[in-house]
Amino acid sequence: MSTHDRSDSLLILEADGVGSHPAAWRYQENPSNALDIVRLARVVLSAESEGFHAVSFQDSRAVAVQGPRGGLDAIQRAAYLGAVTHSIGLLPVIDAIYTEPFHLATQLAGLDSISGGRAGWIVLAEGTEQQGAAVGRDALAVEQLAGEIADVVRVSRSLWDSWEDDAVIKDVATGRYLDRTKLHYTDFIGNRFSVKGPAISPRPIQGQLPVLVPETLATQGHDAVLFTAPDLDQLLTATGASAGARIAELEFVLDAAGESAASRLAQLNAWENWDSERARFVGSAEELITYLRSLLPLVAGVRLHPATLEIDAAEFSELVLPALRSTNLLADLSTGATLRSTFGLPPAKNQFAHLATNAI
Amino acid sequence: MSSQQNTKHQLRLGVFFQGVNSSTVWKTPEAGSQTDFASFRRLVQTAERGIFSAFFLGEGLRLREHLGQIHDLDVAGRPDAQTMLAALAAVTKNIGLVATQNTTYNDPADLAHRLASLDLISGGRAAWNIVTTDNSWTGENFRRGGYLAHEDRYTHAEDFVKLAKRIWDSWGTESIARDAKAEAWLTGQHPDPVVHQGQHYSIRYTSRLPRSSQGRPVLFQAGDSAEGRDFAARQADVIFSAHGGLEAAKTFREDIKARTLKAGRPVGAVKIMPGAEFILAPTPQEAVEKQWWVKEHQIGPQQAIAYLEQFWGQSLTQLDPEGPLPDFDPQIIASDVTRGSGFQNAKAIELTRAWRAQARDEGLNVLQFVRAKSGRVGGSFVGSYTQVAERLEEYAASGAVDGFNITPWLVPTGLDDVVNHLVPELQERGIYPSEYAGQTLRENLGLARPETSTLPRKNGNTWIEVAV
Repeated sequence: MSTHDRSDSLLILEADGVGSHPAAWRYQENPSNALDIVRLARVVLSAESEGFHAVSFQDSRAVAVQGPRGGLDAIQRAAYLGAVTHSIGLLPVIDAIYTEPFHLATQLAGLDSISGGRAGWIVLAEGTEQQGAAVGRDALAVEQLAGEIADVVRVSRSLWDSWEDDAVIKDVATGRYLDRTKLHYTDFIGNRFSVKGPAISPRPIQGQLPVLVPETLATQGHDAVLFTAPDLDQLLTATGASAGARIAELEFVLDAAGESAASRLAQLNAWENWDSERARFVGSAEELITYLRSLLPLVAGVRLHPATLEIDAAEFSELVLPALRSTNLLADLSTGATLRSTFGLPPAKNQFAHLATNAI
Repeated sequence: MSSQQNTKHQLRLGVFFQGVNSSTVWKTPEAGSQTDFASFRRLVQTAERGIFSAFFLGEGLRLREHLGQIHDLDVAGRPDAQTMLAALAAVTKNIGLVATQNTTYNDPADLAHRLASLDLISGGRAAWNIVTTDNSWTGENFRRGGYLAHEDRYTHAEDFVKLAKRIWDSWGTESIARDAKAEAWLTGQHPDPVVHQGQHYSIRYTSRLPRSSQGRPVLFQAGDSAEGRDFAARQADVIFSAHGGLEAAKTFREDIKARTLKAGRPVGAVKIMPGAEFILAPTPQEAVEKQWWVKEHQIGPQQAIAYLEQFWGQSLTQLDPEGPLPDFDPQIIASDVTRGSGFQNAKAIELTRAWRAQARDEGLNVLQFVRAKSGRVGGSFVGSYTQVAERLEEYAASGAVDGFNITPWLVPTGLDDVVNHLVPELQERGIYPSEYAGQTLRENLGLARPETSTLPRKNGNTWIEVAV
């Protein structure tokens, strides 16, 4: 393995609950820590200082079938952390199928404002009977999910652009606070909903938030796809499957405190088995460094799902991250950078900016 | 503290960051951003320094329009309330965080979950200011559109609130394992799904959150119709009232007492906090001068004309702001001229005729008349710190209100003189807390922690509501 590889890959730490393994709470003194925002803030502040580019927060309207049966709202977790962190990107997972698109776009715009332009969105779209029933709607067939995601992403982008950057003018002479020629109706009509617009909030700091969509449901309008594979070898070969920015989903268990990863996993699985479709790494920090040196040059980033946040993510930070950083495989970090710039995305153009003559 | 002071009725203060209104001054260099996070943080931290009970955010789900165009004369643009409050929870410790949220354009399971989440994130400081609309114009931003008939607003809202309470209470208490050796993360009774089949929605939802340290979010309500008052008496913890004058406040208190008793709840179960504007200065004369300065900056020529257009139901751009009121009757219109806020009065013809007469008799031009007419619907307190403190002492003694919700006319520094000068005067008089009573909003408002008696019980396959 050459150490001369260079890439600008991102590391995203998934920080839901107390870890991705359903039995992770067994390592907590108090099981309700899974819902403790102050504890989460400690974890994320550590991740920020140790050099993760972003942190994500899994969420679902459906109650978990494994592990802790509860979870705080992902956008609220991100918003709380937006107020206390300074450089780390914040990626809540939000359902696109049953959430009101107008609320969703407004909430994400708010998160971007609070965090100084560090917000993004990982799209969840399951369309199950259980999730639909929570809001009195029907299940959606798998083949309809991608089109629905595309509609929701498109209307969100339209709402984010519906205030141009210079819409607030505070013009004392004419008594106008707003320049209404810089505000635009979205007039969106999709298959399942319509949104008149404009937004109730100004344009987000980033203009457009980075949107990440599962590869199997990606059609248009996103900035990156998330993909995985049944095992580590297949994850390496799946990296070239399509064009555009691709982020690998990888879960991991590390050796810790003199105990092998395999035996730690066996102990965790004895409490509750870890059912998952993601590629899983089980081994030493050294082995994970070697694996990631192969993977990182092939992808835009890796979303890491640690078995436990307090043990596995901490081991990763201490032993794996510094080694990766020293090999130039990771994108630079800079305080005050927007998530778009961390993702290497250009400044977002406003889709309405050239329409001044058609303005309302 | 003397025993006499101990028995005094204490007032509480809240701050209402409306975000969209005509009373926030923006035409001056002191006016900061309405939307930057720093402004919200500044205001909430000032309020917390002044032992305020609550920080309110307003909500409007469609950008206002005036005469068919985006209304451009007032401050506008506000964040999603709960997203902002979750961030403010990180930079505050004690103050309550109140989100205005609409029952018409939210799903009960989603809204209940988000409010429960905010309540846990803030350590039991969340509240919901319940608002309802039947406005199909707002509905154009939502999946269901304008689906709700005006007369169904409150039955719909009440079903919604009952469902939210069921969701919040569905885990019962002590449901999460106490230690890592427990059999499972959830001990106790596994939460049953909340099932509802009603006129407006059918849901089946299993709650994903336990109760918070204050039981569940505090409920605020502001509707002032007889229906709205009865709804508040049955469901709410606090009324954000429009009756700020002392006599009006006393009458309102008696009315709410009667309705609360009729609803089978103890009188003290529903607190009353009218909206209020405070204009304070070291001396009475300076306060009066400041009031005129504020009015001049709130209402310029364009704002004055737009105000009259709401009541005349038509464009009045030819009107001279320095001249008399229009000498013709209003055009009666089906929908509001300024949509999303004001409304044409049902008695617009009589009202505008009376205004014309009044302006003529008092020799007021358009600008002067509108400035004189404008003001808070609730209370308006203009005076020196001591004067206003003395007036508030009367309110405290009368027991007519539990406190006030202040709408600052300047962001983000509009509370500074209240906190720096008025609050100490009130504390000296023993009518304002010198520290927070506790960690939760319920403790700080003097509200009891609700039992889970509202929990619906399953009887065979039927859900039975137990005392909601």
